[in-house]
Amino acid sequence: MTFIAKPKLTHPSLPQNALGLTRRAYEGALSTLCAGCGHDSITAAIVEACWRLSLEPQNLVKLSGIGCSSKTTAYFVSGAHGFNAVHGRMPSIATGANAANRRLTYLGVSGDGDTLSIGLGQFCHAIRRNLDMLYLIENNGVYGLTKGQFSASADLGTRAKKGETNLQPPIDPVLLALDLGATFVARGFSGDKRQLVPLIEAGLKHRGFALIDVLSPCVTFNDHEGSTKSYAYTREHYEPAVFADFVPREAPILVDYAPGEAREVALHDGSRIVLRKTDSDYDPTDRAAAGAAVQSRMNSGEYLTGLIYLDPSEARAEFHQVNATPDEPLNALPYEQLSPGAQGLRKILSRYR
Amino acid sequence: MHTIAPAYGGLETFGAGRCRTPSGLFYCTCHTPARGWLGGGAPLALSLCTLIQPSNIVDPTDTSNPDYYHRVVDCQWACPAHTDVPEYIRLIAQGRFTDAYLVNRQSNVFPGILGRVCDRPCEPACRRGRVEDKPVAICRLKRVAADHREELSARLPKIPPVKNGRRIACIGAGCASLTVANDLLPLGYEVTMFERYEKPGGLMRSNIPAFRLPESVLDEEIGMILGMGVELRLGTPVESLRALLEQGRFDAVFVGSGAPKGKELRLPGRDEASANVHIGISWLESVAFGHIGHIGERVLIIGVGNTAMDCCRTSLRLGAREVKVMARKPREFFKASPWELEDAEEERIEIMVNRAPKAFVLERGRLAGMLFDCMEYELDARGRIVTERVTGEQFLPADDVILAIGQENAFPWIERDLGIAFDKWDVPVVDARTFQSTRAGVFFGGDAAFGPKNIIWAVEHGHQAAISIHRHCQGEPLAERLAPAVTLHSRKMGMHEWSYANDYAPLERRLMPHVSLKERFKKLNIEVELGFSAQQAAEEAQRCLNCDVQTVFAAKLCIECDACIDICPVDCLTIAANGPEAELRARLKAPAVNAAQPLYVSGALPQTGRVMVKDEDLCVHCGLCAERCPTAAWDMQKSDIHWPHAAEEAHALEARKPKIA
Repeated sequence: MTFIAKPKLTHPSLPQNALGLTRRAYEGALSTLCAGCGHDSITAAIVEACWRLSLEPQNLVKLSGIGCSSKTTAYFVSGAHGFNAVHGRMPSIATGANAANRRLTYLGVSGDGDTLSIGLGQFCHAIRRNLDMLYLIENNGVYGLTKGQFSASADLGTRAKKGETNLQPPIDPVLLALDLGATFVARGFSGDKRQLVPLIEAGLKHRGFALIDVLSPCVTFNDHEGSTKSYAYTREHYEPAVFADFVPREAPILVDYAPGEAREVALHDGSRIVLRKTDSDYDPTDRAAAGAAVQSRMNSGEYLTGLIYLDPSEARAEFHQVNATPDEPLNALPYEQLSPGAQGLRKILSRYR
Repeated sequence: MHTIAPAYGGLETFGAGRCRTPSGLFYCTCHTPARGWLGGGAPLALSLCTLIQPSNIVDPTDTSNPDYYHRVVDCQWACPAHTDVPEYIRLIAQGRFTDAYLVNRQSNVFPGILGRVCDRPCEPACRRGRVEDKPVAICRLKRVAADHREELSARLPKIPPVKNGRRIACIGAGCASLTVANDLLPLGYEVTMFERYEKPGGLMRSNIPAFRLPESVLDEEIGMILGMGVELRLGTPVESLRALLEQGRFDAVFVGSGAPKGKELRLPGRDEASANVHIGISWLESVAFGHIGHIGERVLIIGVGNTAMDCCRTSLRLGAREVKVMARKPREFFKASPWELEDAEEERIEIMVNRAPKAFVLERGRLAGMLFDCMEYELDARGRIVTERVTGEQFLPADDVILAIGQENAFPWIERDLGIAFDKWDVPVVDARTFQSTRAGVFFGGDAAFGPKNIIWAVEHGHQAAISIHRHCQGEPLAERLAPAVTLHSRKMGMHEWSYANDYAPLERRLMPHVSLKERFKKLNIEVELGFSAQQAAEEAQRCLNCDVQTVFAAKLCIECDACIDICPVDCLTIAANGPEAELRARLKAPAVNAAQPLYVSGALPQTGRVMVKDEDLCVHCGLCAERCPTAAWDMQKSDIHWPHAAEEAHALEARKPKIA
């Protein structure tokens, strides 16, 4: 961390987005994480993605639980709404907020502990509900705030800083999400923003639950030899399966791909994701095959990354369709419509007598 | 044919030595010893290996070259005398005015004088002017050091009581000669200085009006040097160099006689009107020495350089009521420094553009005014004049006209058969590094060497000539002088502790307080600028970005976590695949457009073989990269730039002499 505030001064030729804002307008408070933390890079990637999408800061909702990762929502888009939930309970808050106002963009930032240990149940149900949000896991395999114990995502055989070996198998959020029917499943690496930024853009624009599991080395407790989540190990064992370019609705198609090399997927709002495969046999729209590929790479100690699975039809009913929520945010509905009134209440109660 | 996706364009390599070619489009398929494959980017336009072949990449920056870090300190690099600006500003911020003065004196010799009238090439170069509007008021802070310093005679160089037996003649007692004396007297030389006027100081005294540079300041700083034991011969012009050389008294002669001849304007009526037509620098000189005390009510100044500014403002103080400065070309072509123009315009001087002088007009044998051609210019996109035409003419009445269109050096007193070669413009041929003429032992410096420049250039000429004179007198080859050097010292004190003020202060440039327009014309020598108060100086000093506290990178420690890149407020850092420089510049986080400022390019980084690139152009030296670096690959280190003077040269020569047991 640092105690010196980042000067407000900017590069004079910093580009502006459609709202006339520079990237700097999407920054947040000074990070208090360790210097070199992968999470800070992810924060920078989120800043970049929000800027590129020209998101209006007040239309973004940042949600998090507890942990190093969950602190980071303070470090980007200070003009957005934010809610720090209790440990592992961010999906409930996200569900409530989403139910009340579906017009906002929901970004949950969580960690491997917050998601895969204490919050595993909530995480699973958010996927099952197909809650319209981007759920980003900053995954470093250790409990950083409590001094580096193995987390539920620590790989079998990985070594702790003091030398112990992890003997329990990891819970892999990507496999879990594929299993539970998530419609957008991706994995990235904090050290590769070129891959990560478009994934975040696409994830924010995807309708339904989007998961990005980001490998984010803990520079203090998990960046040593023998760790399977260090910067060096991740770079060495990191295998992009699919590159996803996010193309905003307004942008013309500038990229000239050879036939068969790329596949375009339109999102509900007219923007597009262009998928480019690194292996011609890989099909990112085949859930079973994607799961098998992730599993087989994992067995050989590698991380398959990129946009691993995408439901191109966006056909699965998402939370609002299932629950028939109104289009209008609740705060915009007239009081009479929100409240059944004494007579209406009596009517409802009578149903239970 | 693939193209590069524009949005995430550019190429990235990952995994040094991992150029595998299993399948897919994104791997480099080149079979040369390639260093990477494309990660997360886009399809390849070119084989990556053609881009990273040794002939096609930028070599790691050689930061051991003293010029590299020197250039980052833009002010110091721009200063002809290489004044350590950030260091003295830091000392001012600490209230150590005497120390700040001595840091200045080391390189520029006349801090009090230059703090008022320097041409300040440092200020346009100042980095603050690139990230904000206005540079640090470097020149005015120099004056603060001079104004607030304490008595320092004990800290001036010691003069050895026993001389070394070598005698040097300095011709002219201006800034160049005084610098030579300043550098050589502490080494035991005896210096004799010949001056044609009754007071030393040269053009600093005769051409800079007292309302800009008070006599007391001049006397004090010149006195410091004279007090070291110069044998000063006032009122003694050298009429013949031959005679001086033939005396055989001197081991070396330094010619620092300036450029004392004002340019003439040969137009109809010039001779008839001569009683009321004055040559700018001669006229200023006559004012300075009290020979002229009055001028007509309506004055025209021809020319728009700094001398013209001094002439017009002096005229106002000698009784003129309506002073016009006549410029042949539009404002962007003015030679005067912007601040001198501002000061003149504050005194309600009118500057008329596009008026080319045509004739002096006389009435009854006396100057009545001047006739001008009205000009019109067509400029090209780069602001150069393509065509000019005359659209009419205009008469302007005047009682006096002052010509301020330039000056030249003149050497009627140097015989042309002394072995001193003169070029086709009749100026002596002088070596740009050693300042020696074609005759061994005769040196030139200041305006006498390469024509009119300014005080700070003359001072540096003096320093360099002093080194040459010393080597000459020691029988050493002149060109083999000490090279400049840079030393670096870390500013890290502990966790989050740096021994410099790296918090960016968003302050605007302080304005220099002036004497009111009512007051300042009452006397000729009322200094207009009041100088910064201690409070203003402290605030202005905060604006300095500490460019001498360098960002020093150790590639082998980098783990490529991106922390420095994410935190840099001005986006000057990038980790990228190496490539040809022009292409690399366009690929940076913020494209490096100022090609004059070199890029820093590291060696290959351990994990991926990419390189760390820093565009020095806009770095504000906040130190956040070093603060955020988990492995201390970035460090903030203070650079000391050692620009040798005669004392260091003497020391080095002495050290090399064989010791007799």
